[in-house]
Amino acid sequence: MQPDDILKILQQIEFSAPEVKDPTLEGSTEEAVAEGDIVEESVSDKVEESDRLLFDEDSQSIMVDYSIWLDVAKELKGNKDLNFDYLMCIASYDLGSDRLGLAYNLYSNHLKHSLEVKIEFESSVEVPSVASVWRTADWHEREAYDMMGTLFSGHPDMRRILLASDWEGHPLRKDYKEPDYYRGVPVPKDKTAWE
Amino acid sequence: MGIDNLQDNSSIKADEMVLNMGPQHPSTHGVLRLKIHTDGEIVSKIDPIMGYLHRCFEKHCENLSYEQVVPFVDRCDYLASMHMDHAYSLAVEKLLDIELPERVEYIRVIIAELQRIASHLVAIGTFGLDVGAITPFTWTISDRERVIDLFEALCGARLLYNYIWPGGVSHDLSPKFIDRTIEFLDYFDKKYDEYNELLTGNPIFIERTADVGIIPADVGVDYGVTGPSLRGSGVDYDLRKTDPYSIYEKFEFEVPVGKGEMGTVGDCWDRYWVRMLEMKESMKIVRQAIASIPDGDVHAAMPKRIRPKKGSVYSRYESARGDVGFYIISNGKNVPVRLKMRSPAFCNLSILSEVAEGWMISDVCTILGSLDIVLGEIDR
Repeated sequence: MQPDDILKILQQIEFSAPEVKDPTLEGSTEEAVAEGDIVEESVSDKVEESDRLLFDEDSQSIMVDYSIWLDVAKELKGNKDLNFDYLMCIASYDLGSDRLGLAYNLYSNHLKHSLEVKIEFESSVEVPSVASVWRTADWHEREAYDMMGTLFSGHPDMRRILLASDWEGHPLRKDYKEPDYYRGVPVPKDKTAWE
Repeated sequence: MGIDNLQDNSSIKADEMVLNMGPQHPSTHGVLRLKIHTDGEIVSKIDPIMGYLHRCFEKHCENLSYEQVVPFVDRCDYLASMHMDHAYSLAVEKLLDIELPERVEYIRVIIAELQRIASHLVAIGTFGLDVGAITPFTWTISDRERVIDLFEALCGARLLYNYIWPGGVSHDLSPKFIDRTIEFLDYFDKKYDEYNELLTGNPIFIERTADVGIIPADVGVDYGVTGPSLRGSGVDYDLRKTDPYSIYEKFEFEVPVGKGEMGTVGDCWDRYWVRMLEMKESMKIVRQAIASIPDGDVHAAMPKRIRPKKGSVYSRYESARGDVGFYIISNGKNVPVRLKMRSPAFCNLSILSEVAEGWMISDVCTILGSLDIVLGEIDR
C-alpha cells in the first residue's frame, strides 16, 4: 500500500486531540547555527486544526501533529488494513531555530508495506511516547532523548541510555558545545595526536 | 552507567540481590554491564547498561563527507565490517539514485556472504564458549581466519576493510581470489559436517540450550528483534527475500527458520541452528555468484564527488546480526546533515530482560550468547 492510500484511511478516522497547551518558548536566544547545517523546514510553522495529518510529497511520508500521535500510532498498528507491527527505527533530527523532528519508519510483516511518519515540533514540547504500542520504541526514545534531547510524555523509564547519567547537554543538537570539564577532569581538545 | 546506578536501592525488595555482570566479563561479548536483579538463583529483571564504547559516531558523520564516513561505519560492527560498508553504500546510492555495474553487485554479494559465514562462525564459537564448550571456539576461529585471509588478499585489511564504497568497490577481484574462494568453499563443506557432530547433536549442548530463553514470534517483532534471532522464532523475515536489495533476486536460496526440533520454537538452540543453516545457504549463494560473475569496470559508476540532492532516505540491509538501517538527511552538500544508524544488536539486546526473566543466572549467558550482540554497534 502506498503512503497516500494509508493517509486516506487515517483521514477517515477522527482523532480527538487533547487540549494543546501553547508551548512556552524559553526567552534565551540560541546562538545562530551555521546556515548550511539546518534542514530546511518543509511545513509551515503552525499546524492548523485541520492539518494534523499531512502528506509530505518529497519524502513520501506522513506528517503528524504530536498532539494526536499516540492515537494515530495505535490506529497504525491496530487497523487490519494497515497492521504496522514492526517499528524499524526512530530517527531524531535538528531543524534549527529550536525545532526538532522525529522520523518513525514502520513495516508490516503481514502486508509487506512500509511507511515513514514524521513529527516536527518545538524543542520544549513533550511528544507522547509510543512505547506502549511498540515496545521497541522504549529504547529508541531513550536514545532520541539522550542524543537529541527530545522530550517524551508517558515513557515508562526515561533516562539516558548511551551517555553517562550525569552528562550535560545533548550532543546531536547542532548548537551543542563540547564541555571543557567532565567531573573536574579537563576534556582534551588537542587533536594533534590523531589528526 | 554512572555512580548513581549503584546507589539506587529504592526499588530493591528484601530477598532481592543485585548482581553486577560486566563490564569486564567474557560472556558479555564486549564492555556491557548487566545489572541482574535476582531472587536466589532466579533472574527477575535485567537492566543492561551500555555506552562504554560510545564515541558518538553519528556526530562525527555530520562533519565528514560521505566518502569519509565509510571507515567509521566499519568500526560499528567490527565482526561484519563488509555488511556495514554495504549497508551504508546502499543508503548513499539510494540517495544519489545511481545504477551500478553488474560486476560490482556480484562482487558485493560474494563478499557479503563470505562475511556472513565469518561472522556466524564467531557467533557459534563464542556461543559454545558461553555454555562451556571450549573446542568449537578454536575450530570456528581458525576457519574464520581462512575467510579473513581471503579478505586480506582482496583489500589488504583483515578486520576493518573500507572496501565497499558508495558507487562501487575499492579494488577489483583477482582471478586468484576466485580460485581461493572455491578452495575455501570445498574445504568448508567438509568441515561443516564436523561442526554438526561437535555441537548440534551434542547432548550436553542441547541440555543447556534447548527450551531455554524462548522468544515468542510476536514478542520478538514487538521488540524489534531481527536477523537470525528473530528467524529462530519461526518468523520468515529476511530482507534478502522480503525486500530484495542488490541482486539477491537472481540467486536461489532458502531462508532457514526455527522449527523447535530440539525443544520449543524460538529457544536458544533454534537460534544457533538458524545460524548454522544460514552458513550453508551463504555457501550456495557464493557458488552461484562465482559461476556467473560478469566482466566489467568496478569504478565505472563511482561518482567523483558525492553531492546528493536535498531529501532524506531510509535504507535497510540484512547484516549478520539483523536489520541495519541508515536514515540519512541531505541538504545538497557533500556532508550529511543527519545520519542515523539503526543498530540491530541494540534492538536485539532490548529483549534480554523480558526473555531472561525466570531463568537461572547461568542461562543469562546462554541467552545473551544466542542473541549474538556486538558492542561496537550497540554503543556506536
